[in-house]
Amino acid sequence: MLKYFFTVFAFLGLIVLAMAGFRGAKSTRPPIEIFPDMDRQPKVKAQTPSGFFANGSAARPPVDGSVPLGYTMPQQKPVDGEADASPYKKIIFSGAPDYTDTGKMGENWGTGLPFDVTPAVVGRGQERYGIYCAVCHGATGAGNGIAKQLGVATVQSLLQERIRVMSDGEIFNTITHGKNTMLGYGDRIQVPDRWAIIAYVRALQKSQGGATLSDVPEAGRAKLEAGQ
Amino acid sequence: MANFFPKWTNQLPWKLVVCLGVLGASVTAGITYYFTPKYTRVGYQPTQPVPFSHALHVQQLGMDCRYCHSFVEVASHSNVPSVQTCMSCHTQVKADSPRLTAVRAAWNGGKADGPPVNWVRIHQVPDYVYFNHAAHVNRGVSCYSCHGAVNEMAVVYQHQPQSMSWCLDCHRAPENNLRPPGEIYNMNWKAESPEQQREMGLKFKEEWDVNPPVSCGGCHR
Ligand code: HEC
Ligand code: HEC
Ligand code: HEC
Ligand code: HEC
Ligand code: HEC
Ligand code: HEC
Repeated sequence: MLKYFFTVFAFLGLIVLAMAGFRGAKSTRPPIEIFPDMDRQPKVKAQTPSGFFANGSAARPPVDGSVPLGYTMPQQKPVDGEADASPYKKIIFSGAPDYTDTGKMGENWGTGLPFDVTPAVVGRGQERYGIYCAVCHGATGAGNGIAKQLGVATVQSLLQERIRVMSDGEIFNTITHGKNTMLGYGDRIQVPDRWAIIAYVRALQKSQGGATLSDVPEAGRAKLEAGQ
Repeated sequence: MANFFPKWTNQLPWKLVVCLGVLGASVTAGITYYFTPKYTRVGYQPTQPVPFSHALHVQQLGMDCRYCHSFVEVASHSNVPSVQTCMSCHTQVKADSPRLTAVRAAWNGGKADGPPVNWVRIHQVPDYVYFNHAAHVNRGVSCYSCHGAVNEMAVVYQHQPQSMSWCLDCHRAPENNLRPPGEIYNMNWKAESPEQQREMGLKFKEEWDVNPPVSCGGCHR
């Protein structure tokens, strides 16, 4: 009798295993929620769909001229001087018409950074450049990033003379809105980070041709000369 | 008196006990093994509307997670990229590829007002749980600890159960997962040994004063 029992038992066990498989097996079936409790509440969370709007997305584009709530308001932006103390603590995307936000002084592109350039700012710029620009413009700015090699053919070198003499404001505008075949990054890179990237691009340009000993701070000169 | 119970019934009681015991044990084992997020969630790998590959974009092109998941450091929600992010390259790379049809439809020739790409969501905590990406990645927890080796996935799947006990296991011993700040987004980084990881983790925990919530109000607020 036990024999029959164990035969049937082993058989059933195999069937369960064959149907249910093992932990971690790949499956395209959504996870079962046996007791839905309040797992999915009818509220709008970030990047969720909605049947209410025509294009099926719950997110709405902001109305022109609106200022995002919870973000730093244009007039509260760090002004010169206090900027390098905490330029990155707040999330800053603003559409204010001043130089910091547009790169324009009156009708023309302005030049110079709206806050002091410190090693921390250039370091931040280096990190951001690595994330957002290096895939196309290459780690050294020579315009030889991997995406260029794989098909983004129009990528330009940031070391060419035209960009060396280009005003900071115009580069700021290129990062924000893009230019020709380069699309903008204004929706993802915060305003102070865009300026930090420009500081780093300038450092790249200087370090690859055009840098003289007088560009090195006093303290570093002796070290450089000793090394050579 | 006639023999009311035949001889074989003498064996019946203990045979029944054995059968029921085995049955009970295996049902318990089956439930522990199957009725858990470790089985129901791990390995969930839906078919996406665009066959986007992290293995290609992250591992081969060397892109940083933040190029696409751009707000993971500053927001609680880790965003899935906008169509403009993809089109930065795909206006020129594989511009006519049939695999990118849905992306091009959303892009709509630069107006970005087409039907959105309906990425199927994989990782999701219930709506009564408060989870914050920025609070984790800025405190030394790598994407790798919670999402696995995404850089090697041609199609993303869920790698961790993301159940309450999973959250708590780490909150009680974060030192097993804390990394040096420069390596959070480096999916190939590994500590030399578990001991070294623990030692380093304890040091960071001490220095940064890492103190994850373990009381109910921390996550159910
Ligand atoms: C997806 C690839 C890509 C990325 C990423 C990228 N660029 Fe570009 N960039 C281009 C292309 C392509 C051009 C050439 C545009 C043209 O003239 O058609 C260009 C041109 C430029 C120019 C010259 C514009 C001019 O006036 O001719 C600057 C400056 C520049 N990029 C800066 C940046 C910075 C800073 C970043 C990082 C925030 C960045 N780029 C990221 C593709 C890219
Ligand atoms: C080129 C853009 C890009 C880059 C770079 C990128 N991702 Fe993604 N990621 C996406 C897109 C698009 C999706 C949604 C489609 C999918 O799930 O495959 C996604 C989905 C995911 C998901 C699953 C989301 C869900 O629904 O639960 C995780 C986890 C993830 N990415 C982690 C990472 C990590 C970690 C990195 C860095 C190693 C990274 N991604 C880099 C574009 C990118
Ligand atoms: C930095 C540039 C870059 C960005 C940004 C980018 N891709 Fe790609 N993508 C590539 C390259 C390069 C290839 C490989 C082309 C090849 O195989 O030669 C590729 C290939 C692909 C393919 C395979 C196409 C085919 O026909 O084989 C898909 C699908 C794809 N990408 C989707 C996306 C999506 C979706 C996004 C946005 C989340 C995105 N890509 C963002 C550079 C990029
Ligand atoms: C402490 C664990 C943890 C870490 C670290 C972590 N994630 Fe997540 N991730 C989660 C959880 C939990 C969810 C589900 C969140 C939800 O439902 O709101 C999630 C969801 C996501 C999603 C899907 C969001 C959506 O709307 O589809 C993406 C994309 C993502 N993570 C990317 C990343 C990236 C990139 C990193 C590293 C920079 C990262 N995560 C680090 C736990 C983590
Ligand atoms: C791999 C380790 C790890 C995992 C897994 C993990 N956490 Fe955390 N969590 C941390 C660390 C480290 C902190 C930071 C503590 C600090 O800042 O002192 C933290 C902090 C938090 C905080 C406090 C954040 C704040 O804003 O104060 C919440 C809430 C939280 N985690 C929720 C969760 C939830 C929910 C899950 C599961 C879905 C989870 N965590 C999974 C490591 C982890
Ligand atoms: C580290 C974050 C965290 C803490 C602390 C925490 N929880 Fe949870 N809790 C979760 C997550 C995540 C889930 C969702 C689990 C899932 O979906 O599998 C959850 C789910 C639950 C559920 C619903 C279970 C179900 O499936 O219906 C209850 C009840 C609950 N928690 C009670 C508590 C109580 C009581 C405490 C305090 C002792 C507590 N939680 C502390 C993260 C947490």
